[in-house]
Amino acid sequence: MSALRFDAVTIRLGGRDILSAASFVIEDGEFIGMLGANGAGKTTLMRAALGLTPVASGAIRVLDRPATRGNAAVGYMPQNRGRAQGQRLTGYDVVASAAIGARFGLVRLDKAMRREIDWALDHVDARALARRSIGELSGGERQRLLLSQALLGRPRLLLLDEPLISLDPAYQKGVVDIARRLRDELNIAILFSAHELNPLVNAIDRVLYLGGGAAVIGPVDEVVTGPVLSRLYGAEIEVVRVKERFFVMAGDVDVEREAHRHEHGHGHGHGHAQDG
Amino acid sequence: MFDYDFMRTAFAAAGVAAVLAGTVGFFLVLRGQTFAGHALSHVGFTGATGAVLFGLSPLAGLVGFTLVAGIAMGLFGEKLAERDVAIGMMLSLALGLGLLFLHFYTSAATQATALLFGNVLGVDSSALLTLLLMAAASLVALAFIGRPLVFASLQSELAEARGVPLRFVAAAFLAIVAVATAECAQIVGVLLVFTLMVGPAAAAQNFSRGLAGGVALSAGLALAEAWGGLTLAFYTDWPTSFWITALSGLVYFASLVARRLAS
Repeated sequence: MSALRFDAVTIRLGGRDILSAASFVIEDGEFIGMLGANGAGKTTLMRAALGLTPVASGAIRVLDRPATRGNAAVGYMPQNRGRAQGQRLTGYDVVASAAIGARFGLVRLDKAMRREIDWALDHVDARALARRSIGELSGGERQRLLLSQALLGRPRLLLLDEPLISLDPAYQKGVVDIARRLRDELNIAILFSAHELNPLVNAIDRVLYLGGGAAVIGPVDEVVTGPVLSRLYGAEIEVVRVKERFFVMAGDVDVEREAHRHEHGHGHGHGHAQDG
Repeated sequence: MFDYDFMRTAFAAAGVAAVLAGTVGFFLVLRGQTFAGHALSHVGFTGATGAVLFGLSPLAGLVGFTLVAGIAMGLFGEKLAERDVAIGMMLSLALGLGLLFLHFYTSAATQATALLFGNVLGVDSSALLTLLLMAAASLVALAFIGRPLVFASLQSELAEARGVPLRFVAAAFLAIVAVATAECAQIVGVLLVFTLMVGPAAAAQNFSRGLAGGVALSAGLALAEAWGGLTLAFYTDWPTSFWITALSGLVYFASLVARRLAS
């Protein structure tokens, strides 16, 4: 069974083709790093897999079923946009609000649900964190706590949108390690989007690279190469490899690093000050 | 104080409105939508003055207008920046229209003051029953949408992915806010709705970290401030609305100090 399958999928937003006839397959239990320039469609691809963004043509199969909204078999962690609502609430209250938040009426947080929340928290080592206010957590701690919500409902596929954004390198490694452990312990397929390949390169099974409406999936060695990336970016790209680190260069600019810097400039640096 | 019939009615009316305002206000503050609540009360002013001009009851005009405006605001969608401008424009338009209605209805100077700054001592028993029924309906509706509302307020993108209908929840909530606003306006007037809707709720979120506890504390504070204001007004003969705003301000600033000391 495949975890996620795109068959010639075209997604059009605001008159622009974000994806045009993109095809790829993610197998069960695979850890995939998703890369691509800003605006290449990483978030859009996830939203389409969640049934939130309609496709113009082609078909998306999630765990051998059509993509539908509210599918409990898919865990999702949206990109942290630094919204500061309810910062005083404890982490537990936030996770609990997600666990029972999709149901109308008087829903009580019963024992089974509490066990489920504890199970999710334990898998990301966030049981102790959950007792504190989310506003008091560092960026890395906060990401771990929010990641636990993606596990509620015991999904078979995790979609993690930029979990490393605005995290210091030490915290980035922590989050990647947890994702790898989830894949190993729970055999969940993980699609993990990022600006930079390097924090992920030793953890992922394959890489999914987006650019110019196309998607290329494969081993890092085969995808992250000058010819493939030049085609995706539509510009001359050179890949410089130093030991286990990759530098994707357009002329003399490091493309990934540049993208990351821009992202910071748009006010996504939430929680950064507390990281120290 | 309780020998007087109008005081007993006033205490009951202020109590009903305060509990509703404190409860609904907690979610309003949690969502960061206090500006919307403020704007709704101004729309209510138009509704009330318009209703008086056409010979209807001001309460009916107040509730009707705030309800329609609340639902419309909820359907506007999620983009905060756009929403603020849209709400601000609606607010000025509403006050301008209210002014026009007052202009045509010249004998309404005292009525205008009552609308703007409240007249809890003027609430009669039939109005009290209306307030009670509306509050009960609002609290039932709030309980129904409560869980998705909190989820959508804290993490709208995740809630959407999990199947929460964001627009429905937003519109339903603002409809509830509209009723609470209309009730508050009966007690403290449209200009001072903030004092019961936002003051106690913001203070409760400074004092308490919990969700359920916070809602209860917010409702309790609103009730204490409303009843305290009435009592002080009775013994000093100063306006009730003044005392409620004074207590609400005092509690809010005390909560800021308490939060500063706690961290």
